[in-house]
Amino acid sequence: MTLARIGVFVCHCGENISATVDCAKVAAEAAKLPGVAHSVDYKYMCSDPGQQLIQSAIREKGLTGVVVAACSPRMHEPTFRRACAEAGLNPFLCEMANIREHCSWVHEKGEATTAKALDIVRTLVAKVKKGKPLQPIQVPVTKTALVLGGGIAGIQASLDIANAGHRVILVEKEPSIGGHMAQLSETFPTLDCSQCILTPRMVEVAQHPNITLYSYSELEGLEGFIGNFKARIRRKARGLDETLCTGCGLCTQKCPTRRIPSEFDAGLGLRPAIYVPFPQAVPNKPVIDRDHCTYFLKGKCRLCEKVCPTQAIRFDQEDEIVEAEVGAVVLATGFDIKHGDFFPEYGYGRFQDVIDGLQFERLASASGPTLGEIRRPSDGKVPETVVFVACAGSRDPAKGIEYCSKICCMYTAKHAMLYKHKVHQGKPFVFYMDIRAGGKMYEEFVRRAMEEDGVQYVRGRVSRIYERGGKLVVKGADTLLGARPLEIEADLVVLATAAVANAGAEDLAQKLHVSYDAHAFFAEAHPKLRPVETNTAGIFLAGACQAPKDIPDSVSQASGAAAKVAALFSRSELVREPLVAVVDRQAPPVYSSCVGCFLCQGACPYQAIEKEEIRNRDGGLIKTVAKVNPGLCQGCGTCVALCRTKSIDIQGYSHEQVYAEVLALLNRGEGDA
Amino acid sequence: MPEFRPRIVAFVCNWCTYAGADLTGTSRMKYSPQVSIIRFPCTGRIDFMLLLKAFANGADGIIVSGCHPNDCHYSSGNFHARRRWIVFRALLDFLGIDVRRIQFSWVSAAEGAKWARLVNETAERIHGLGPFTDYHRLRGMGVE
Repeated sequence: MTLARIGVFVCHCGENISATVDCAKVAAEAAKLPGVAHSVDYKYMCSDPGQQLIQSAIREKGLTGVVVAACSPRMHEPTFRRACAEAGLNPFLCEMANIREHCSWVHEKGEATTAKALDIVRTLVAKVKKGKPLQPIQVPVTKTALVLGGGIAGIQASLDIANAGHRVILVEKEPSIGGHMAQLSETFPTLDCSQCILTPRMVEVAQHPNITLYSYSELEGLEGFIGNFKARIRRKARGLDETLCTGCGLCTQKCPTRRIPSEFDAGLGLRPAIYVPFPQAVPNKPVIDRDHCTYFLKGKCRLCEKVCPTQAIRFDQEDEIVEAEVGAVVLATGFDIKHGDFFPEYGYGRFQDVIDGLQFERLASASGPTLGEIRRPSDGKVPETVVFVACAGSRDPAKGIEYCSKICCMYTAKHAMLYKHKVHQGKPFVFYMDIRAGGKMYEEFVRRAMEEDGVQYVRGRVSRIYERGGKLVVKGADTLLGARPLEIEADLVVLATAAVANAGAEDLAQKLHVSYDAHAFFAEAHPKLRPVETNTAGIFLAGACQAPKDIPDSVSQASGAAAKVAALFSRSELVREPLVAVVDRQAPPVYSSCVGCFLCQGACPYQAIEKEEIRNRDGGLIKTVAKVNPGLCQGCGTCVALCRTKSIDIQGYSHEQVYAEVLALLNRGEGDA
Repeated sequence: MPEFRPRIVAFVCNWCTYAGADLTGTSRMKYSPQVSIIRFPCTGRIDFMLLLKAFANGADGIIVSGCHPNDCHYSSGNFHARRRWIVFRALLDFLGIDVRRIQFSWVSAAEGAKWARLVNETAERIHGLGPFTDYHRLRGMGVE
């Protein structure tokens, strides 16, 4: 074995590290560690001259390992490993000592902080000394993307990936794609009709030769890893043969069960039991709602079957599971808004005329239940006074939602304007906390609502809404007039309720192994620099499933995610880190210290452990031992901790390495052990 | 007598707690410098014998932290760690280790503040318990 010649490179990170850690001292002390042949500090290790410093030291001093004491390996490990590889050192013999995120940024300036930085460096030096050169694993890439969610984000991502020449499977849980955008009346800040700009895209998706659309379907499970996922998709039974159905709509016209609140109309309109959510639905094929269909409830009716001119109705249809191999996944599952009894003080759910923003969108939409006339739900009257309440639930730690829902300031201004445009003599009021109108033409749009359309903005929060003489009394305060109490008698109240993650977001995240935040929004890999990637390689984010977002932001992120997918699909093979488990193999007569208990096999979440039979020259069985399939192994190491004979080890986190780390951290040299 | 500065070793998984501790740094939250992190791919990788080895070599306290249940990057590694912890915990009394010296927790990649709090609370508790010397005599007796 050659003697270790480790290089230690201590970064100041400008002042990010050097403000609290004495970098020169760390470098000087590290130089005294056994096996360290070279140790320097420098202002910016990640800069070109910094990397060259490392590369020339590797060449000139013949280094056998490198420790870069700088930021988190999650930040710059690839940078330094690439630099080392260019200089001829195996990249897996380069480790990062995280003295920024885990030290300089979290401790005050002082000796203890410098001492801890040195502890961390010593730990990683010990690890590198026990490291082995590893070869990356090549894996093939399946050039098909799975897009989950058919709202505007999913549609945009699908079209971009498909137009780049790759296949896309788009899965939408509702009977039609379109998402929330299809429900909107007009869009800020231009007031162009939402459906008019959306439906051509929906049709494009349906007709694109590279896109397979599974509507009314949900993801059952996902296995595998970047480039090589296996998805199981549940195609829920529509109750009809899609290949025969022409979408003529006769069944939906004749269905006798007609008084079901329409999800698309946010409960304000009604639909039959066999229905298409809205006229421009893609695909334009109905679904039988089995919870309401007379045949499924009482065993007779089957009227739709009788009137169907192509005999497409299938009452006995069952859910179908489709399996698909995909190389990347785009999560675009969108958001929901807060419903129900979340606002008891506002009487939401109790008073018919206290509605939410999506319901107002349906009232204002030409395709909505009132055909675009603003009529209140209780008696159909045109409201003379409408109060819009912004931040209903958002920015309210007492309600558990501290974040800003981002879209409400703008859509509330839009709602007030639409109301004023449709009811000229009407009086719109907006209660707000702050107006957040950052965005191109956004501030101008809000000013237009105030100045041209005469919307009354009141800065203050609403404390209560109650009924008095057929009116809704909105009690609030005007904080710009010395918190003067204010009561407005309204005919209709619209709450800009908080945008929240979809109900199934947490389950889905767990199926996909992606991280999510306390509010079940999916977590991006880095809040600034990797906003469309998740921490799980090959899974990307688009739209409001990551955080509340408006349409332009959702579309940009979707195109960003699509670009990432296209880049991934630009090669037919990708390189994976070889941080996988290996089972001991040695010379006869032992062959392997594995005793063949196969505890590891049961614990492996990836079915990566196989049985290998070791035979003698005559074909006689000597023993059966475990073997790891490196293509399937993801390197979790559960098998390693489980193995009774320590016969299985994981590259990059080997027994020797972690033990050396523990000893080094506690300042016990190898000789001490 | 010099002031007692506990040595606490944190065994954390790469995907949740290591990233959570990174977030603590990015958010510039402060915590006790007596804790240092050793990174593992997953808490499922942690052989609990390593905890004993850490004690035998001078650790006063230990933190083991990974992804929350159901959030494991590798599906089930954290469940293996939890099971191992339950069995291991039952042995601590026999081994003469105060269970309060080991903090088993979940810290997600989004819980930077929780990591700072966890470290500070653990450091304070270990400080109160005083140095752990019982195991040092085991060095050279086969435990390492």
